[in-house]
Formats: sequence, C-alpha cells, structure tokens
Amino acid sequence: MIRLEKRPLPSQFWQVATPIVAVIMTMFAGGLMFATLGKNPIEVIRTIFWDPLFGEFAWYLRGQLMVKAGPLILIAIGLSLGFRAGIWNIGAEGQYIMGAICGAAVGLAVFPTENRLIFPVMIVAGAFGGWAWAMIPAILKTRFNTNEILVSLMLVYVAQSILAMAALGFLRNPEGSGFPGSRNFSSYPAAANPEIIAGSGLHWGGVFALITAGLLYILLQRHILGFQIKLAGQAPRAARFHGVVPEKLVVLCMGLSGALAGLAGLFEVTGPAGQISIDFNAGYGFTAIIVAFLGRLNPLGIVLAGLLMALTYIGGEMAATNLGLPSAAVQAFQGMLLFFLLAIDVMSNYRLRLKSTAAKMLGVK
Amino acid sequence: MLKRTLLATAALGLGLAFAGGANAMDKVKACFVYVGPVGDGGWTFQHDQGRLDVIAAFGDKVDASTFQENVPEGADAERVLTQMALGGCNIIFTTSFGYMDATNAVAAKFPDVKFEHATGYKRDSANVSTYNARFYEGRAVTGTIAGRMTKSNKIGYIGSFPIPEVIQGINASFIHAKKVNPDVTMSIVWAYTWFDPAKEADAAKALIEQGVDVILQHTDSTAPLAEAAKTPGVIGFGQASDMAEYKPSPRVSAIIDNWGPYYVERIGALLDGTYEQKDTWAGIGGGEVKIGDITEAVPAEVKAEAEALAASIGDGSYHPFTGPLNKQDGSPWLADGVVANDGELAGMMFYVEGIVGDIPQ
Repeated sequence: MIRLEKRPLPSQFWQVATPIVAVIMTMFAGGLMFATLGKNPIEVIRTIFWDPLFGEFAWYLRGQLMVKAGPLILIAIGLSLGFRAGIWNIGAEGQYIMGAICGAAVGLAVFPTENRLIFPVMIVAGAFGGWAWAMIPAILKTRFNTNEILVSLMLVYVAQSILAMAALGFLRNPEGSGFPGSRNFSSYPAAANPEIIAGSGLHWGGVFALITAGLLYILLQRHILGFQIKLAGQAPRAARFHGVVPEKLVVLCMGLSGALAGLAGLFEVTGPAGQISIDFNAGYGFTAIIVAFLGRLNPLGIVLAGLLMALTYIGGEMAATNLGLPSAAVQAFQGMLLFFLLAIDVMSNYRLRLKSTAAKMLGVK
Repeated sequence: MLKRTLLATAALGLGLAFAGGANAMDKVKACFVYVGPVGDGGWTFQHDQGRLDVIAAFGDKVDASTFQENVPEGADAERVLTQMALGGCNIIFTTSFGYMDATNAVAAKFPDVKFEHATGYKRDSANVSTYNARFYEGRAVTGTIAGRMTKSNKIGYIGSFPIPEVIQGINASFIHAKKVNPDVTMSIVWAYTWFDPAKEADAAKALIEQGVDVILQHTDSTAPLAEAAKTPGVIGFGQASDMAEYKPSPRVSAIIDNWGPYYVERIGALLDGTYEQKDTWAGIGGGEVKIGDITEAVPAEVKAEAEALAASIGDGSYHPFTGPLNKQDGSPWLADGVVANDGELAGMMFYVEGIVGDIPQ
C-alpha cells in the first residue's frame, strides 16, 4: 500500500526536479494523445520543442519567443509575490486590460503630438491602470474581508466589457469609418513600442520583464519585505509576531502585481498587438498563473518558465499549421503541463512510503 | 535592320518570359487563418467549407491543406501569418475583421505572397485584396419571413458588435419586416461577442421573455435556436451556416455564407496568371450569400414571397435599401426610388426610422 507522509522540511531535490519531471511527463502523456489523434508523437514533440529553437525558421521564431514570453514573465513575477504570501490575485487578465486601456488612452489623447516624454508617461499610466484595478479587490478584502479570488476574477469580465466599450466608443479610430478598434500605434512613433533591435523580438516589455525579475530576486533574497512576504505565506501567525500587518501586505502585493500586469498590457498594446481592439487580450493574465507556479514562484525560475510556455505556444502553432493538429489538442497539451506540475508538486512536501502489507499483517497479528 | 529585329525579338522574348514566369503558376499553396474552431458550425466552418471546395476544384494543382484555427487577433495573428509566408504559402486568406492590421503589416514584408482579408477595408500594399459578402441581402429575406410569421408583432435581433455590417443587417431586416407587417416592432440585444453560446442563449432568453416570437441573430452559435426550441411558437434562422439540425422549426430558414466560389476564383486566377488586387463585395447574385431551405413551418405563400424577393435581389432588379427611407430621427435618407450607394452602406452607423433604441457608442 502506498502512503503519503509529510516531510518535516520541503525537499530541496523535488523543488528543482518537479518542473523538469512535469515537462517530461507532459511529453509522454501528450505524445500518447497525439498518437491517438493519428499523428506521429515524436514529430509533434519535435515540432513543439525543437523546431522553434533550431528549425528552419528559428531565426525568426527565437525572437518571437521573447515577444510571447515578455508579458507572461512580467505578469507572473508580480503574481508570484502575492502567491508566496497567500494572496491570490486571479484577475491579472483584467489588470492587463485596464493597464493597456489607460496607457493607450493617454497616448491617443495627445495624438499626433511628437514628444519624447509621451511614451514614458504612457508607461506610468499603464502601471497605474493595472494598479487601480487591483486595488478594488485589495481594498474590498482589507475592509470587508471579501474573497480576493472571486472579486479579482469577476473584475476580468468587467474589464473585458470596458475594453469592448473602448474599442467601439471612446478610443475608436476616428478615421476607421465606424469599424471597431483604435488607431494603430505602429503609425504613431512617439507612442509606439517597436522592437529595440530589428528581428530580435525584444521590445521594452521584454526589457522590463528581465529587469523586474532581477529586482524582485534581490527583494526576495535580501530585503526585509521579501522575508515578510515569504513568512506571511508560510506562517501567518509568526508573521504577525514579526510585525507584519496583513492588510498592508495585501495592498502591496495586489498593487504590485496589478501594476506589473498593467505594464505588460501597455507594452503589448503599443507593440505586438498594435491597437486597442475588442479582444486584443490573448489570455496572458491567466497563462501567467501557470508560469508563476511552473517557475516555483521564483523570479529566475519564472523567466525560464515564461520562455518554456512561449515555446509551447509557438511550437504548438507550428504543429497546428504544419501537422494539422487541432488547436484544442495544443491547449490540452499546455493544460497537462500544469496538471502534472501540481500533481508532482506533492513530492516536495510529502514522501511516498511503501507501507508493506507485511508490516500491516504483523500489526494484525 | 538586323539589329532592330534582334532587339524586337529580345523584347518579345522578355515579354513572354514575364508573362509566363512571373504570372502563371504551376502549383499554388493556399493557406487559411481562422478566428474560431472549424467545428463552430458557423463562420469558421463555412470558411473551411470554402477551403474544401478549393481542394475539390483543383486537386493536385493546389495544396490547400494548411490552415490554423483559433488564431487570436493581434500579435499572434502576425506571427502565424509570417510563419505561413515563410512556409511557402502563395496566397493566404485571413478570415476575420480583426486580422486587418496584421495582414497589412505582414503583406508589406512579403510582396510576393498574396493576402486576402475578409471583411476589412485596408489594402495598404498591392498584394492585399479584401472580400466580403452582402449579408444584408439575406437579412432582407429573413426579415420578410419574420414580419409575416410573428404573431406577437415583436421580433428580436441578437447583435454581435455595433459595427456597420451588423447595423446593415438590423436595418435590412426591420425595413422588410415592416413592409409586410406595419405593426412590427424590433428589440435589439447586443451580445458583444461573435461566438459565445452561453451569452447568446441568455440574449435569446431575454428576448423571449419580452414576448418576442421571431429571433434573428448576427452571432454564430446555434444557442439562440436551442433556446427558441424550448418555447413553442418561437422561430429563428440559421446564421452563417445552414444549422439544419434545428429544422423544420425553430430554424425556418438560414443565411448561408458561401465562400467557396470566391476562393476557387482567386486561386484559379493565381494559377493562370490573371490575379489582380481587388475589393469584392458580392451577395446573393454572386452566390456568396445563400438562403437556406425555407421549411414547411412557413406557409407556402410566405415562402413564395421570400423566394421571389431573394430572386429579385439576385438578378439586381431590387436593392434592399431603396427609398423612400428615413433615418431613425425622422430625417430623410433616401428619396423615393433612390438606392443606397456602397460607401454609405460600408459606413452605416444609424438606424432607420421605426427602430427603437440607440446604437451603443
């Protein structure tokens, strides 16, 4: 009989091994699924994991990895702080949308003025939009003890409605003859967020993501605040004795994750997406939750996890186009990754014990 | 003399080389980008039917096996298009309005690849063409059936987004319902989605509770029909696809998008070297819009009336927007006998007289 036994201390080995084992198991289970769909599993796995990095069009796709990973990393790092402290911001998608709308609105309001300050101000506005949207669940939690999971999630749908209003109404391109969608930022240099080096796929969002990862790594390792965040998640009572005010921590973590999600939204809408449209948001806010856990809530882990997730997206797209795989199969494949990750994660806190039936029988005797 | 002949021959040869080499193609790889899943039973399904028509029409001469479903509009679309262009596609059909900027951006980088964008208006470079269908022609026909069939004199319309294409459909339906039934009123619900069965079902439910007994929809799922099926006496129409599984009632007819002929025409033009950039907006006459079989739930005389209307639109003898027509505020729009021009229709952002409510802004 197999039993789970709680470890006295989380296993260092399994904390590192979990993501790797999860990826390998996903490849196996996914391969099985691809095989039942009538595709050659090895070819599909190779298309997803190998071709974007080393295949024929890798020169283009490697850059795209950063385009896709940038917003995921930025959002996931913000989320990871709250997740460490036991504060569950599930509504990053909404904060991402609101950041994009606020930042874009600032830029569009001054169109077509050319000034070096416009883009920096838009960045601030984007962060503010995400922060403000995250403050709603934060304040409701600290004042009325509402559940931040539900409130932040529900606010995603409100944000989507506001996005539709923006695309159809107050941010609509006045020269777009009634069609939805704002002006395209690519034709407005002062407010655009183009690639910094042509072909690299790296835009300001990616730069911010990497800088943020570095800063938060230092915060968590070296700063008292990082210690308090970790403590609040692991031992709330001890944290109180240590002088941690839970309300302040909620406001801080929600605000920071909201602001980072807002930033990601702004960089996306001014860069790769190009314009506010009815559904420019592509679910980064939700995928970032997977990325945060895949990266063990560690800023450097998240950078790797974000790149891996981007790889499954881009490789998955290639598998869909070139091998005729249904897009739902690719999504299921990504879902498996989280599933195995959470399942194997048990191993960091528990160990498997094969309680032999012999021992049991002895007990009976 | 000899010199001149030589030159002339050279020029002729060069010309021939151009005509042969640069234009006609032996084999075309055609690729498709879809906004939804092929199994949506509506918009994307019909585009994919068009792709299958291409395969049936050309066989080995065309490779139309490449398509990508569920492509989000925005940055992802740009990458998918780039991958397709790099992957050797000669012509790429982007089948949703939201791909407009991505299509034009990628087209600028791949001047040798032809891009065909559905329902958009931007053709920034010479290799981008646009195409759309005059769905409002079909709406005129379903509006006529709706006006005849309603007993409560209340018809409902589930709108997706308040954009000109949808407003055209609302106006065309209302004008023709009113024409055959002066007492008819129309309630409009905005779903803010093209495809969301839950939201569409809610919208249909709300309309039915208001006493609506004919539901028209500009959203792509079968959910409104499923909702109508729960209440006896409520009918609806198939949208984008035939939705024949709800025959004979509540689905009494349908507006079917038929993209096959256009796709076959364009790819054929690419093969024989006659391909040119253009903007296509065909309707019932061009075969892009079809009226789905009118079922026995509709009285024979109504069916005949609807079919006659469709025929007159098809042969060009009647235009669904023919004056006298006033705008919602009562100001004159089209004088007696005047027909709306395409420019006005393409930017239509107002209701006609008699429709209650405002277009959300």
